[in-house]
Amino acid sequence: MTTIHPATFVRRHLLTCEGLKAGEISALLDLADKAAEGNRQVIKKRDVLRGRTLINLFFEASTRTQSSFELAGKRLSADVMNMNVSTSSVAKGETLIDTAMTLNAMRPDILVVRHHAAGAVELLAQKVDCSVINAGDGAHQHPTQALLDALTIRRAKGRIAGLTVAICGDILHSRVARSNINVLNTMGARVRVVAPSTLLPAHTDRLGAEVFTDMNAGLEDADIVMMLRLQKERMQGSYVPSTREYFHFFGLDHEKLARAKPDALIMHPGPMNRGVEIASTIADHSRSVIREQVEMGVAVRMAVLEAMARQLPNH
Amino acid sequence: MKKSDPTPDATAFLNARLLDPASGKDEPGGLLVRGGVIADLGNHLRRNAPDGAAVIDCKGHVLCPGIIDMQVFTGEPGQEHRETLKTASQAAAAGGVTTIVVMPDTQPVIDQVALVDFIQRRARDNAVVNVHIMAAMTRGLNGQDMTEIGLLKRAGAIAFTNGKSSVGNTRVMHNVLLYAKDFGALIAHHTEDPHLIDGAVMNAGEVATRLGLPAVHKAAETIVLERDVRLVEITGGRYHAATISCAESLAVVRAAKARKLPVTCGISVNHLTLNENDIGPYRTFFRLRPPLRSEEDRAGMVRGIAAGDIDVIVSSHDPQDADVKRHPFAEAADGAIGLETLLAAALRVHHSGEVGLIPLLKAMTANPAKLLGLASGRLQKGAPADLIVVDLGLPWVVDKVQLKARSKNSPFDESKMQGRVLNTMVAGALVYQYAGMDRS
Repeated sequence: MTTIHPATFVRRHLLTCEGLKAGEISALLDLADKAAEGNRQVIKKRDVLRGRTLINLFFEASTRTQSSFELAGKRLSADVMNMNVSTSSVAKGETLIDTAMTLNAMRPDILVVRHHAAGAVELLAQKVDCSVINAGDGAHQHPTQALLDALTIRRAKGRIAGLTVAICGDILHSRVARSNINVLNTMGARVRVVAPSTLLPAHTDRLGAEVFTDMNAGLEDADIVMMLRLQKERMQGSYVPSTREYFHFFGLDHEKLARAKPDALIMHPGPMNRGVEIASTIADHSRSVIREQVEMGVAVRMAVLEAMARQLPNH
Repeated sequence: MKKSDPTPDATAFLNARLLDPASGKDEPGGLLVRGGVIADLGNHLRRNAPDGAAVIDCKGHVLCPGIIDMQVFTGEPGQEHRETLKTASQAAAAGGVTTIVVMPDTQPVIDQVALVDFIQRRARDNAVVNVHIMAAMTRGLNGQDMTEIGLLKRAGAIAFTNGKSSVGNTRVMHNVLLYAKDFGALIAHHTEDPHLIDGAVMNAGEVATRLGLPAVHKAAETIVLERDVRLVEITGGRYHAATISCAESLAVVRAAKARKLPVTCGISVNHLTLNENDIGPYRTFFRLRPPLRSEEDRAGMVRGIAAGDIDVIVSSHDPQDADVKRHPFAEAADGAIGLETLLAAALRVHHSGEVGLIPLLKAMTANPAKLLGLASGRLQKGAPADLIVVDLGLPWVVDKVQLKARSKNSPFDESKMQGRVLNTMVAGALVYQYAGMDRS
């Protein structure tokens, strides 16, 4: 069984990438590398979390993140339960805290939580006794996504430090962008964000990213082109005038991609809007590592669960 | 609450530091209260009380007019579990606030004469401080249909407001200002562009970006203010920007004043003493309207008070219970209580050396009195005996359990304060006496 130095990742919760140290991230990526190897074997199951209960608590619909966590938990022999909480009621927050208290009484070991409101997972973590993993909270953070992106980059490029990463699209509403800016900066990459001004939050530069509103300039000599999903409801005039115009200026096509380095990788956290933020042929390009990202998602989540299992009480 | 019963006809405050923000006087002396009004004051009363008068030894502490807080939200009628006029008045008394102006954002909205009568009756029967009513300027605060401003004013409404929201319709705002002018009615307006702030819960900036919260640029405030000043110019209506929070807004007010327009402005003590960083990890008690701004803006507001450009400081006391505050930040309610901490929090900018005591207290006494046409707010023979004794240096720690307000959403909970009201008198009756901190 793989072991990590106990001092490398000793957190009870994983709520944000802000403040994660390079050593902690490297330790998780090392562990994830091993998990990825194991996942390609016939027998994928290990008993790291045997007897432990993992609850996936999703207040916001998600197919890939939830199934990725479910699979990660099962491959580590945890008992996994999925809970999808409807958020249609007005008293959503009450549901959140009440649900947290109810679940807490069932004595889970690890809660994986996704919520549509920024800070909701942190609020919930204050109310429960178990470990909590943030699987996405509003436009705040999505730590495991940034870790799996870092792993994908590290495996393909052999390093993260010194690479130029262009994160393109709806930065304003993106938790993926925020987590990635944190992790990539900590690991020594040069981070750029590329978006129309209506989709850029204030002072993005102070988070450690160079800001571009012209995609051609933003992709110049980039090692990694990371595309973000643009939500449908934001394409019809409120933030950008139309899908067509957005694709014209901010969609990744062959012409814009040519600005990046010849060996630049193409990434997308999914699910993709083909023809909106990414041309279909680009999505299936030989340099696209989008499918690899999904594979690494399971590995990274296994690594996080495994590291956390070491912090769980044993009584 | 402790009423001095039976109330003696006369009360003498001896050995006081008489501080009258209206005249700027700051001198040792004494003050005699008789029949609910200030009968006499001056150095000749410093040590001698007339026979039969109750005596309060101020021990050299400040004796000044009680605070007039012109923005207080309560839950009466409709949300009594949050706050009643009674509990709000008790919190006020404990904070040295002798007059509260209650906002019409209730259920139902205070937009009719009968509701003004209702509040007046409830206040008379239950409140320990003076209660005045700021009535709605549009029906149900809908921002569309003007209320009966003339009749409401005659019934006792002291000013008019659209509560926590701005009137987005420029023509409605124009007509309200124009109509109110004929009655000499003051329009106190919340200035935040309703379209710009839609969905926003924070000030746009690095903090909001890090937290991933929907945010709005502070210009949302200045845009409405600029429009309103233009409307004041063509209507001549008396206008008060209820709570400004950034330097750009202050510049607009300053320019309007320079052009002799009937424009004034206020600020909440929260925006004078807190900034957006205080939100920290999504602390909902710091979710306010307007949102807390940057430290730069806060410092600019403090200079505005020191220079006398900001006329009024309010608590913007807004009781919200746990049910609406214990939510993710973006889904929680706005507002913070503040009656009991108003003076102590405001004193922070005095103790820091930024604002003199006279301009600071003036913004909470003489200025609101003048705006609202009240006889209180000054140390003057014949003025109502609404008085407070303040120990400027007394240290204390805010403990929400000990606060009198029914809701406990104080952003100052567990904060260290310096300065505390020792006695509060309303119309000659002692309504609060500080008994020390309960350490239990």
